[in-house]
Amino acid sequence: MTLRIVNTDLHIHTCLSPCGDLSMGPRSIVETASRRGLDAIGISDHNSSENAPAVMAAARGSPLAVLPGMEVTSKEEVHILALFDSVEQAFRLQRIVYDHLPGRNDPDVFGLQVVVNEDHDVLGFNDRLLAGAADLSVGQVVDAIHALDGLAIACHVDRETFGIIGQLGFIPESLPLDALEFSRNTTIEDARRRFQEYSRWAFVRSSDAHSPEEIGIAATPMLLDGVSVGEIRKAFLGQEGRRVGWPSRDRRERQES
Amino acid sequence: MTVRDVVEKLGLEVLTAGAGLDRDVTGGYASDLLSDVIAHAEAGSLWLTLQTHANVVAVATLKDMAAVILVNGRRPDPDAAARALLEKVVLLGTAQPAFEVAGQLYQSGVRGRV
Repeated sequence: MTLRIVNTDLHIHTCLSPCGDLSMGPRSIVETASRRGLDAIGISDHNSSENAPAVMAAARGSPLAVLPGMEVTSKEEVHILALFDSVEQAFRLQRIVYDHLPGRNDPDVFGLQVVVNEDHDVLGFNDRLLAGAADLSVGQVVDAIHALDGLAIACHVDRETFGIIGQLGFIPESLPLDALEFSRNTTIEDARRRFQEYSRWAFVRSSDAHSPEEIGIAATPMLLDGVSVGEIRKAFLGQEGRRVGWPSRDRRERQES
Repeated sequence: MTVRDVVEKLGLEVLTAGAGLDRDVTGGYASDLLSDVIAHAEAGSLWLTLQTHANVVAVATLKDMAAVILVNGRRPDPDAAARALLEKVVLLGTAQPAFEVAGQLYQSGVRGRV
C-alpha cells in the first residue's frame, strides 16, 4: 500500500452544461487541471454524463485521473454530486435521471448543451432540459447513486440556492450522504466553524468550474492509494489510513501528537 | 378563523387523517425555500409550499405552524406523511397553485406579516 496526497477537484462542468462555457472542452479541462496541479477531477454536468467519456479519453496517457459523474437536481431542487468509477455506471444513473427529467432545452434561454468528443468536435446537442429538476426526491437520488456503487455528495451546501440546507432547511439525519461539498466562497476553516453540527460528514471543497479559469480554484487534498470511488469513500470514512487531508489540520494534528 | 374553516372555505383536502383542525389561523406564509421559512415564518401561520420532503414536517413543527398547504396537487413523500401523523402536523392539499390559494386566503382575511 502506497498512500500519497492526491489533489482533487471533484466538481467540474463541461460545455454540455447549459451554463458551462463553450471553451470547456475535454482537452482544455485536462490541460488546465494538470497545469494547476490537480491529480484527480470529477466531471459533473447538470443531469447528464454525456461528455464524461470524452474527458476521460482526453486524459488517457496523462497522470490525471478522471471520474465520470453528474450533478443531479432533485425535485426539491437540491444538487447532489454523483461520482463513479466507470462510464457504464454513470450512464445507468443518467438513464434513471433522463426518465424523470421533464422538458426541452431552449438554447436562447439556458444556453447550448454541446456533446463533444475528446478533440472538442461537436457530436451533437442535447435537447433535454438539463437545467431542470428530476422528479426524484433527494433520498431517491442518493439511493440510486449508491445502488450503482457511486459516491453521493451534497453540493455547495453553503449556498442558499440549490444547496441542501437552503432548500430543505437542514440536512435530514437519515440521508446517507458520503460527504458535503463547500463552494469556493467558504474556506475549510469557515466550513468547520459554521457547519459544526454536520461534522459527522466529510467536508470537501471543489471549484464547480464552469469555465477553464475556474478549474481548481477550490480543491481537496486526500490521502489515497490510487484514485477510485472506493479509495475516496475510505478517505471520507477515515479508514485504513485514507483521509481527507487538509494541510492546516495535518499540521495541527502533528503538533498535537 | 380555524384551520377547519379554511379547509371548508377553500375546499382543501385533509392529507393527514384524524388531524385536529380546530387551531386558530393567525397568518400566512408562502415559500419553497425551507431555510427562508425557518428564518421568517411565524407561529400559527398557514404555510403554502410545493415541497413535499419530510423536512417540511420538521420545519412546520419547529415554527409551530397551524397547517401546511401543499399546492399544485403535490402529495407528501411517504415518510413526510408518516411523520406528519406522528408529529400531529396538519397537511392539507389542493390542486391549485400557490398564487391562487394565497389570494383566496387573503380575501378571507388571512394576512402575512406586514
